[in-house]
Amino acid sequence: MTTDVGASSLSPPLALAQDQGSFWMPPQASAAASEVDWLFSFIYYIALFFFALIVILMVFFVVRYRRREGVGPQQVATHSLALELTWSAVPTILVILIFWWSFTGFVSLRTPPENAYEINVFAEQWRWEFTYPNGHSDDELHVPVDTPVRLVMHTDSDDVIHSLYIPAFRIKMDIVPGRYSQVWFRATQVGEYPLVCAEYCGTGHSDMVTIVAVHEPGGYEKWLELADPLKRMTPEQYEAYAKDPQAFTQANPEFEGLEPPWQMGKRVFTKKGCKSCHTVDGTPYTGPTMKGLFGKQEHLADGSTVPVDENYLRESILAPGAKIVAGYDNVMTPYQGRISDREIAALIAYIKSLRE
Amino acid sequence: MFTPATGDNYLNHTRGIGSWLVTLDHKRIGVMYLVSILAMFMLGGLFGLLVRTELLTPGPTITDNPDTYNQFFTLHGVIMIFLVIIPGIPAALGNFVLPIMLGAKDVAFPRLNLCSYYLYVAGALLALGSLAAGGLDTGWTLYAPYSTQTKSAVFVVAAAAFILGFSSIFTGLNFIVTIHKLRPPGMGWFQLPLFLWSLYATAVIQILATPVLAITLLLLVAERTLGIGIFDPSLGGDPVLFQHFFWFYSHPAVYIMILPGMGIVSELISTHSHKHIFGYRAIAYSSVAIALFGFLVWGHHMFVSGQSDLVSMIFSALTFSVAIPSAIKVFNWLATMYKGSISLNTPMLYGLSFIFLFGIGGLTGLFLGALATDVHLHSTYFVVAHFHYTMMGGTMIAFIGGIHHWWPKITGRLYSQLWGRFACILIFLGFNLTFFTQFIMGSRGMPRRYYDYKELLPYHPEFHALHAASTIGAYALAIGLMLTAVYLLHSLFRGRRAPANPWGGSTLEWQCSSPPPHDNFATPPPVGDPYDFEGIEYDLQAGGYVRHAPEGPARVTTPGDE
Repeated sequence: MTTDVGASSLSPPLALAQDQGSFWMPPQASAAASEVDWLFSFIYYIALFFFALIVILMVFFVVRYRRREGVGPQQVATHSLALELTWSAVPTILVILIFWWSFTGFVSLRTPPENAYEINVFAEQWRWEFTYPNGHSDDELHVPVDTPVRLVMHTDSDDVIHSLYIPAFRIKMDIVPGRYSQVWFRATQVGEYPLVCAEYCGTGHSDMVTIVAVHEPGGYEKWLELADPLKRMTPEQYEAYAKDPQAFTQANPEFEGLEPPWQMGKRVFTKKGCKSCHTVDGTPYTGPTMKGLFGKQEHLADGSTVPVDENYLRESILAPGAKIVAGYDNVMTPYQGRISDREIAALIAYIKSLRE
Repeated sequence: MFTPATGDNYLNHTRGIGSWLVTLDHKRIGVMYLVSILAMFMLGGLFGLLVRTELLTPGPTITDNPDTYNQFFTLHGVIMIFLVIIPGIPAALGNFVLPIMLGAKDVAFPRLNLCSYYLYVAGALLALGSLAAGGLDTGWTLYAPYSTQTKSAVFVVAAAAFILGFSSIFTGLNFIVTIHKLRPPGMGWFQLPLFLWSLYATAVIQILATPVLAITLLLLVAERTLGIGIFDPSLGGDPVLFQHFFWFYSHPAVYIMILPGMGIVSELISTHSHKHIFGYRAIAYSSVAIALFGFLVWGHHMFVSGQSDLVSMIFSALTFSVAIPSAIKVFNWLATMYKGSISLNTPMLYGLSFIFLFGIGGLTGLFLGALATDVHLHSTYFVVAHFHYTMMGGTMIAFIGGIHHWWPKITGRLYSQLWGRFACILIFLGFNLTFFTQFIMGSRGMPRRYYDYKELLPYHPEFHALHAASTIGAYALAIGLMLTAVYLLHSLFRGRRAPANPWGGSTLEWQCSSPPPHDNFATPPPVGDPYDFEGIEYDLQAGGYVRHAPEGPARVTTPGDE
């Protein structure tokens, strides 16, 4: 099984030591998860005890003291200070315990270690973008196992509130326009887990689902190295690749997973979040579809028409506000400064491949 | 044979729709509120069914447009919270029962009372008008910056909520003054029925908290129309500030919702156990404690909002303080049932359902008040389940129980106990199927406000079955509620005429005829311990309960009594 840099193939068949989750909880995949789950169980058993007590007494009283012919209610005290104090004091002690342990758990959830590995997170309507220390950006979060990771998160000032939530790690933190927020974790189990947006953000809120892939030791470094072959090529290498992709790929096996430009473009289309707003099957969505786009005459909002050629595509990526297609709004974030020329070339190759 | 209600009563005292529209009679106002609120409950329920139907299957089910779904859940929340649960018990039942329980002729300010009703109607019409103006897709919580940017009808809904807020404030004011000033001789604070204690505590919250909502809505509108920038980071503002303002009202608001419900449960349990309430003062004080502590905990909605960790810890500690008074009430209700003489009438079944369902709702609040677990559970279906168990399993169940309890008094008719019990059980089972499954989904990581869950299915295939089960429960619940409407409406035309005291209640409303006369009592009735069941016996001739005074015959005021 080769490490496929495009897709994640880390779905857990490593069944032996894998935590699969419990009735109430998803898998425990971080160091914090077992602590949170312990507290959950503690509260659960206290709640269950009191609930059972209340319901059993209720049912018992309904049966035992049901209204019967000729039998009235019995004379008993109508209040008891001793009872009031007891059934106030016992719950008070229990909630103090619950508070204490939840407080210590929270402190550890909110305090990243000094040496944590930093990954940047950018959220926007409606996609995730993770930027790694070497500059590679991806729509999936990849991390090494058993390593503290700190996510530094932000969104645009004119965006809305999002929230990064990884259920398997038991972590969550809102991403608020105008500030940076952070969250940290130490993944303890190799595998792939959902990463979701947990603050309602409009139309595509339930589309903001990606994965966090936890790699076995050494796996993360390898993934990162191979994640962006276009970026790693020297100018000479890139020229050779552009001239004859197949020959170049065969001659340079160290670029593992390298594919022809149109396929690399398909990956960029996903990684850079284009597919959050543009379909490839002809359906209009937030933005125009890519199917049949290249080479057509596009009708713009100002009434003019333009041919869709390489220049049009490049401008639409870097400064989308320049030409708005009729029937669509000017909502696309410009990619100026966030995408390389090689990635744009790959995207153009991909969009060309979608010609009808 | 005692023949009530064929004489002069508040329903036939004057005739014609005009006499209702300008009435100053608290009983008629209460009835108008009841009809309006139940109509809004049906509409809000319809939106809830649309939400659940969309989630029956992964992928598009009844709509392929996520924005439409977002409207469904927003309107479900807005209607239920602002038009049903917040006004609900105080306006519909409190208005009717409160003066009579005091032995008074009306509330302190009858015209203000009518004004409250028309403010409610205006707010309701405006909220419904928003449907024509593009609807709302922000969630009922209206968080900035989404609510400052969206093109949906934020202004219209904000205006509606603003107006409804005044309806709430005026009702609260009216009830506080009435309880202070219109008590009869001999009725001190500790001779008030517990329903009135709960309405009093609620009224305090209504007056203190609702203005904060009004200002918050004004700021939201100012942000949208004038761009003042208070919530906009590019102008130096802070989106999280909106959350502080919003929850400063909306957390106390949930105690506006639950306290009257708990007040009703005290009446249901003691009346139908034919036994003095246990721990009267403890229950009374706990209502006030909940009202006051409720103002200190709003930040527990914001543990992951970016507020400081210190502040989160303080809010968490304070949140646990509100749990204790609620627990005290439940234990006192159980102690009331102990050695009672329990009739399993429909109202009692609702009272028991409340204890079960609110028990779950309240206990699951512990998971959410605790910081470390809340980080995981916040904004998941676990929260959705928690608040439905407390708001619907709590307040709405108490509301419906109260409707059944006071139905004979309000309408002069008895309904079928058989259908009543059956529908209650169907509602109970349907409710649990709908919402218990949501606890499970939530703790497993199912986020809330999701139009679709197909992206999660590879990791959680069980979400499909759990969502489907929840939807089926919702339909069962809806059928139970519709059944309730049918047999209650049927009783209006075909129900047996009700005696003054069908249940053997000890509070003053059972001392006047069913329905009550226009002026409630010809002379102020004698006052004592509101939970003294001594001497209240079933009288075959009367067809209901009567109190046998130690020295004289049965006493019930009917129209025409001296």
